Amino acid sequence: MSDRTVAALSRSLAQGEFSSVELTQDYLSRIALHNKGLNAFITVTEELALAQAAQADAQRAKGQHGPLTGIPIAHKDIFCIQDVRTTCGSKMLSNFIAPYNATVVERLNAAGTVTLGKTNMDEFAMGSSNETSFFGPVRNPWDNERVPGGSSGGSAAAVAADLCAIATGTDTGGSIRQPAAFCGITGFKPSYGRISRWGMIAFASSLDQAGPISKSAEDAALMMNAIAGPDSRDSTCVEGAAPDYMSTLNDSLKGLRIGVPRQHITKGLGAEVEKALQEALKVFESLGATVQEIDLPNNHLSVSAYYVIAPAEASANLSRFDGVRYGYRCDKPVNLEDMYKRSRSEGFGDEVKRRILVGTYALSAGYYDAYYLKAQRIRRLIKQDFDAAFKEVDIIIGPTTPHTAFKIGEKSDDPVTMYLEDIYTIGVNLAGLPGISIPAGSTSASGKALPIGIQLVGSDFAEAKVLNIAHQFQLHTDWHKQTAEV
Amino acid sequence: MALEQTDVEKIAHLARLHVSTEEATEVAKRISSILELIDQMQGIDTENVAPMAHSFDAIQRLRPDVVTETDQREYLQKIAPSTQDGLYLVPKVIE
Amino acid sequence: MGWETVIGLEVHVQLATHSKLFSGSSTTFGAAPNTQASVFDLAMPGTLPVLNEQALRMAVKFGLAVDAEIGRRSVFDRKNYFYPDLPKGYQVSQLDFPTVGKGSLEITLEDGSTRVIGITRAHIEEDAGKSLHEDYQGQTGIDLNRAGTPLLEIVSEPELANAKEAVAYLKKLHSIIRYLGISDGNMSQGSMRCDANVSVRKTGSTELGTRAEIKNINSFRFVEKAILHEAQRQIDILEDGGRIVQETRLYDADRDETRSMRSKEVANDYRYFPEPDLLPVVIDEAYIEAVRAELPELPNAKRERFVAQYSLSEYDAGVIASSREMAEYFEEVVTICADAKLSSNWVTVDLQAVLNKQDLEIEQSPISAMRLGELIARIKDQTISSKIAKTVFEAMLDSTQSADEIIESQGLKQVTDSDAIEKLVDEVIAGNPEQVEQYRAGKEKVFAFFIGQAMKASRGKANPEQLNALLKQKLKA
Repeated sequence: MSDRTVAALSRSLAQGEFSSVELTQDYLSRIALHNKGLNAFITVTEELALAQAAQADAQRAKGQHGPLTGIPIAHKDIFCIQDVRTTCGSKMLSNFIAPYNATVVERLNAAGTVTLGKTNMDEFAMGSSNETSFFGPVRNPWDNERVPGGSSGGSAAAVAADLCAIATGTDTGGSIRQPAAFCGITGFKPSYGRISRWGMIAFASSLDQAGPISKSAEDAALMMNAIAGPDSRDSTCVEGAAPDYMSTLNDSLKGLRIGVPRQHITKGLGAEVEKALQEALKVFESLGATVQEIDLPNNHLSVSAYYVIAPAEASANLSRFDGVRYGYRCDKPVNLEDMYKRSRSEGFGDEVKRRILVGTYALSAGYYDAYYLKAQRIRRLIKQDFDAAFKEVDIIIGPTTPHTAFKIGEKSDDPVTMYLEDIYTIGVNLAGLPGISIPAGSTSASGKALPIGIQLVGSDFAEAKVLNIAHQFQLHTDWHKQTAEV
Repeated sequence: MALEQTDVEKIAHLARLHVSTEEATEVAKRISSILELIDQMQGIDTENVAPMAHSFDAIQRLRPDVVTETDQREYLQKIAPSTQDGLYLVPKVIE
Repeated sequence: MGWETVIGLEVHVQLATHSKLFSGSSTTFGAAPNTQASVFDLAMPGTLPVLNEQALRMAVKFGLAVDAEIGRRSVFDRKNYFYPDLPKGYQVSQLDFPTVGKGSLEITLEDGSTRVIGITRAHIEEDAGKSLHEDYQGQTGIDLNRAGTPLLEIVSEPELANAKEAVAYLKKLHSIIRYLGISDGNMSQGSMRCDANVSVRKTGSTELGTRAEIKNINSFRFVEKAILHEAQRQIDILEDGGRIVQETRLYDADRDETRSMRSKEVANDYRYFPEPDLLPVVIDEAYIEAVRAELPELPNAKRERFVAQYSLSEYDAGVIASSREMAEYFEEVVTICADAKLSSNWVTVDLQAVLNKQDLEIEQSPISAMRLGELIARIKDQTISSKIAKTVFEAMLDSTQSADEIIESQGLKQVTDSDAIEKLVDEVIAGNPEQVEQYRAGKEKVFAFFIGQAMKASRGKANPEQLNALLKQKLKA
């Protein structure tokens, strides 16, 4: 198989070139071969996969199939799958067999996908490098000494290394887009509220959003068609049916107004990344788009605001991990307080504890106004910047990350430096907007070839537009077809 | 804002995390550097800006008052650390 | 100079919804432990809340019943603390934007006077589970059936001046929530719970003293006792030159004392912030008017109507109107017997005595409103006397027979046949010549003797008025 996009595999399945069971076995053997080196999966669900594949084949035989029937998928280990271990990358949940399905999982199951397993991630999605996982770091398929990005690093590495056809991810501050950029694939974060969060273990409830990690924007649209839309179990999931994301993929880009944030092109941006961005803009211009500079004057405050809001929400979201009803409980607690403190201190890793402490501090008496409320006001300023920009342009395009993938261990001692690498993605979460990272270049400056991603950001609920623009770019470029050699 | 070791102990207790005295200094240093990053926003005038809790303006949807759940105790307690007679057990709570 | 007490009450009322505040679990009382605890109630990771429409409606109903401002935009917050019966590690409540704002409640005191007590607010929140401290291998057992049951916390202004006012306030609140049908208000099952903020100050002072919060008061009687005890404790301390510590105290009904819960008090910092899993609840005028249209006639309005329509005294009307069930019972009785005054007496005196004695609510009354109405109708149409009616009433308690059936089978029908009464009177006069002579000589007291004799002979069934008139007439002759 040379083309492993979902669209291509789906055609092959439809034409009977191979069955879903055969395809699944192929992926399972690739996982068996490469996962040891990459550490992209925490759990491989071979039995479940083969059963689902057989069922998918039976459905195809009966003519009851959709584009995702029989497509092997991997789920970030943040999504609950009933009767499957769901760890969230943490020791706290290393023994947690989820008793129910996430809506995203339920909908993909209904669409006929085949679950290969659960992918590695930063613990509770807190990290940008996948180094905070209790199950060890994931390696970037392009260079095993480098990180795949995070927190959806396992999903990104698995898609990049063809260990699955497509994967789910979640994005709170860039956790889909940044690993997609680092691994040379497509990562899409829909608008907040577009996809149900039911069954997706919460990090920061007002920012978390699920989305596809795929080999193309077209594949992302295929998954979006299965998972987007209202859910009565999530109050923050918007009402009203989601559109058909496939139907607008081929809309023309003639007259498209692209805005490039002046604040993104600064000396902090790596030269190769900037070069790739300029080349990409030329492609868009050749397709009939116009490019102009825009201002996001408060973007530099997004990291500050985020590191109040996300830890504050997380500090409460993670209180349920108390060793009472499920999850890790310390050995022989001497009293209740000892049980709480030791279970939580032994069950959580350092980065998670750090963020719980920061969040607890930001909400505590005397600091709430200066930190939490202040951050919520800054959040509105950031949103207003985007609103103003979208009066002038249809899409905002810039770099996904300032640099390409860094080395494992390179930044893990300095959390603040690592946080600042998310400067282009975080504001998009604070504003709740849809954003996609697509491959747009490559650099061999440090030896091995490393992919470069650019980010396209749309206005509220303009997912279809974002996917359309990304797809048109991919019809006219080959960056997304480059594959890592594993 | 720099955090003292005693601040760390206080918030660690609120969060029910164990931080030893030796660790507290190191944790205080790390958190202080994060707070330094956060404090960038302190200089910005937000006097007339309303706090924003959600990225879009929507209102709460309501659920009909219908019982939809059934007893799943046995299944749900399979993953519990300690139970007896259908109860979750924890070290003695002293009132 | 003396001391005066200042009391504010925080009353938690469990709303009588079928399902929980944020999940589809049943709220039925008394189920086996943890059989009504769903993945959401157990705070399984990834679960999310969705608000129960009835809980909101009930809160708004209460707000309208106490003339409160209704929060057009209410916001849920997380209140963070660790406790094993609080699965999420936070309780979802409403801090700055409650559903019910300022309102008021008129209470009636023992002397019949009324006072208006301010209601500060009422907010919707989740109940916690239960910790069972019986010995489970030396451990505590946690039952989360109750976790997530909707509560309305009703907070009064610190305007109650003594324990009796506090009880009157609580009883009025109880009456209103039962009228509205938003809670059964059962204190012994915990569906209505009361915390009291108590402070004392020198009489005439306008500043509030340091208060103590007394928790765990689960009956009207204990509210009174706990407050009396706590106020006295504070006065004793102050008179000894001591200082009151602001703290939470637990009322121990067995020992009739309050004691400090210092263990729970250690620097609580609840770190409230808006619950990101829920959006603001917006209530418009149309919704409020629709809820208002559903409001039943409330105790005060009912009392006034009873006075006007049935000419009851304010007091009797108040007693009957204080309970929706009693008022409904009463009106059914009146419909059947067409005598409001008699109905009021029978319901508030005779029936109430039976209910008190057997510890029953009026809806469990051994005599239905229809049966009582029929009994009273027989007094009114003079089939039986009031005195015989008591006998019939007693008999009805242990049977399902109607008043007519009992009167018939026991032969209790009043004798109104004037021939029969005349015969009776003649016999009594003939049989007691000595007394007749005494009477005729002017000793009128002897008249009572004749009545007694005649009644005895008729086994109480003679119509007293007829008997009276006839005796007088015959003795004069």
